[in-house]
Amino acid sequence: MALLNMQRIYIYALKKDRKKLLELLQRRGVVETRNMIKEDAVFKKSDTQAAKAVFERNIASAQEALEILDTYSPEKKSLLSSFKGRSEVSCEVYDAFRDKYDTTVDIANQIIRLSRSIAESKAEQLKYRTQAEVLAPWVSLDIPLDYKGTKHTAGFIGCLPKAWDLEALYASLCDFMPVHIEIISAIKDQTCIFAVCSRDKADGVYAALRGMDFSYPSISADEPPAVQLQNLKEQIKETEDAIIKAQDEIGALAGKREELKFLYDYETMRLEKYEVLGNLLQSKNLFIVSGFIPEKDAASLAGELSEKFGAFVETEAPRKKDEVPVLYRNNAFSAPLESVVNSYSPPGRGESDPTMVMSLFYYMLFGLMFSDTGYGLILALACGIGLLLFRKTMEQSMKKNLLMFMYCGIATVFWGIMFASYFGDLPDVISTKFFGNEQIPVIPPVMFFPVEKPMLMLTFSMAIGIIHLFAGLGMKAYLLIRQKDFKSLLYDVVFWYGLLVSGIIVLLSMEMLTSMLQISVTIPAPVRNVAKYVAIICALGIILTNGRESRQPFKRILKGLYALYGISGYLSDVLSYSRLLALGLATGVIASVINKMAAMLPGPIPFFIVVIIGHSLNFGINVLGAYVHTNRLQFVEFFGKFYEGGGKLFTPFGIHTKYFKVKEKMKNGSIE
Amino acid sequence: MEVLNNYGIVLAVLGAVLAALVSGVGSARGVSMGGVAGAGVITEDPSKFGKVLILQLLPGTQGIYGLLIAFITLSQIGVIGGGAEEISFAKGLCYLGACLPMAIVGYTSAIRQANASVASIGVIAKKPEQFGKAMIFPAMVETYAILALLISILAVIGVGGLNI
Repeated sequence: MALLNMQRIYIYALKKDRKKLLELLQRRGVVETRNMIKEDAVFKKSDTQAAKAVFERNIASAQEALEILDTYSPEKKSLLSSFKGRSEVSCEVYDAFRDKYDTTVDIANQIIRLSRSIAESKAEQLKYRTQAEVLAPWVSLDIPLDYKGTKHTAGFIGCLPKAWDLEALYASLCDFMPVHIEIISAIKDQTCIFAVCSRDKADGVYAALRGMDFSYPSISADEPPAVQLQNLKEQIKETEDAIIKAQDEIGALAGKREELKFLYDYETMRLEKYEVLGNLLQSKNLFIVSGFIPEKDAASLAGELSEKFGAFVETEAPRKKDEVPVLYRNNAFSAPLESVVNSYSPPGRGESDPTMVMSLFYYMLFGLMFSDTGYGLILALACGIGLLLFRKTMEQSMKKNLLMFMYCGIATVFWGIMFASYFGDLPDVISTKFFGNEQIPVIPPVMFFPVEKPMLMLTFSMAIGIIHLFAGLGMKAYLLIRQKDFKSLLYDVVFWYGLLVSGIIVLLSMEMLTSMLQISVTIPAPVRNVAKYVAIICALGIILTNGRESRQPFKRILKGLYALYGISGYLSDVLSYSRLLALGLATGVIASVINKMAAMLPGPIPFFIVVIIGHSLNFGINVLGAYVHTNRLQFVEFFGKFYEGGGKLFTPFGIHTKYFKVKEKMKNGSIE
Repeated sequence: MEVLNNYGIVLAVLGAVLAALVSGVGSARGVSMGGVAGAGVITEDPSKFGKVLILQLLPGTQGIYGLLIAFITLSQIGVIGGGAEEISFAKGLCYLGACLPMAIVGYTSAIRQANASVASIGVIAKKPEQFGKAMIFPAMVETYAILALLISILAVIGVGGLNI
């Protein structure tokens, strides 16, 4: 319905213009390149892997540098900045960046280097700290830890497990007197000792100590521990300084953040260009670009290319086997829902764009489920204000999302008025609590209160469901007519329409059902009789035709019967719309609960605190529920009737940057 | 029988409490399952927080539906908002029965939905652009909670009008 026509395009040009021409194509962003011509002896692809690897490396280092900058000097961002979109730069700024290119790459690498040196210093610092910890118990010893004794004496420095006192130590070494023992430090599970004995008794003392699980300290040094500890502290200080220095250096480079972002974008663009370049067919002097272009852009691009570069441009209609990329064309009312269709799947081959028809129902279904004037107003206003504030710089996708929720909000206001829900029953509660008004409801509903007449609301929901499903079946009819497949139109659509409509008429003529649904319809007897026969004929038609892909008659009938069983699918589809009632009630009743709880509190201030907090929660939960279930109704019930998807979105060769938009000069509405 | 009729209100309150309690327990478990899986994704890529949060919250609705049923029941029998009337044993039993679909289906569907949510969070971790599809799988499970909610609402409101 609303898809742009695509054409195949071939551009033949001289190789000397290659760079300029590709840059122009990238800035226009209207051609999706595809390989449509095979390589042969003359035309070959060139290898751009090496160049691409450089760009990828630069992109990676720009990103890493930006992340490092964010850790050491975070960028100030306001809460709303995500609405703001990318900032714009002109072509001149883009071209001028070439001069800054090398220095920016160096800056990125420098930042990465600095961050690495910080990490190394930190590791070193950790090592020193562990050593200092090991040394701590020995700090009062004034000789080096690797002291082994003098000419006539042997010294032992080490630890014993558990706590020992001097007496016990002397007692266990009494055989080797004279021995001098000092306890350097003792804690519960370790005693650090220094023992000296005469050299001829050294082996004996050592053996005795070993028997007490003596061990040498795990760290050895030729300086007394106190001195060594001092050295360590100095080293820790040095690394500390190095870290601070490196951090300061990184902080000083924070001003280059914008240039790093630009480098990221610049290289992303170049990468995309080289990817296209790698797929070009090139001979000695010529090259060929092939791909798809929207029909409306074809003539102007062709004109421009032949004028500027003398290129020869050829367009033709897509071939049957082509997987033509999808580009939507919708009015402002439907366009916001394209992203919803995309999240299911873009239209596949031979399908039309369901967005327009879907938009007729989407906002309405959302509104029915959210169904509160107050909430709808908040949603619509919030989105509207966001759109107004950032209208100049906002990204297209964000704009569409906000528009979608704004329309949803407006629909919610509509249904809220229909069912008289204003933050639940807030007007009633306020008027009785603060003004002593006993006359409720203050604002009567235009239609009815769903809480009071749930069955009627259920009937209403199902009626909307039936209309929705019939619209889906209608879309199928439209597709079949467009494909001129009139046989399928009769078998798959007309029979079903007949069966369903006449089935509904027959059901409505039963008193049991109408009384249950709380509606009064009188179907004249002749209409009912006709409906009966139409239903039977259509059912027979379905049995006979819906298994037509099987040739064997018996199998065919069986398949037809199974297809007729699909009517139970319609039943469950219609019942599925009862969620309109359930979610609508959930919003309203929870809102009333909040109001009631608030009304139990004395005074207006606690009342409004509870009202504001409670309604914010209810708003959040229900906006999520309404969104999810509207999507479900569209995807499962509606799309199930006619839509498969499986197409591929149009992704033109263009500028797909993260931080900046390159702005083209506009002249007379066309791009200069 | 006269003695039994004193217990009508007890059964009705029991039903209301069960609806909020059992489905609340289910939702709490479901949301926590989603949270555990989501936290894992966030450690890798904090930018996916918004999407993961939505998936985590999906099994949370059953608890709210349970609350809804409990509230409707309590206000029908006059425990909230005043106007309490005599409730016979049979009517109390009806209220209890009417609350059970929400209680039982709410509990089971919350946990089953959380399983689907966790799987969908896995999808988001690898392919965040497939959010629309990933969201639908848990939403499918919710259908049955909604059907139970519907029957419980209709039954509770209907029982209020019965003259037994």
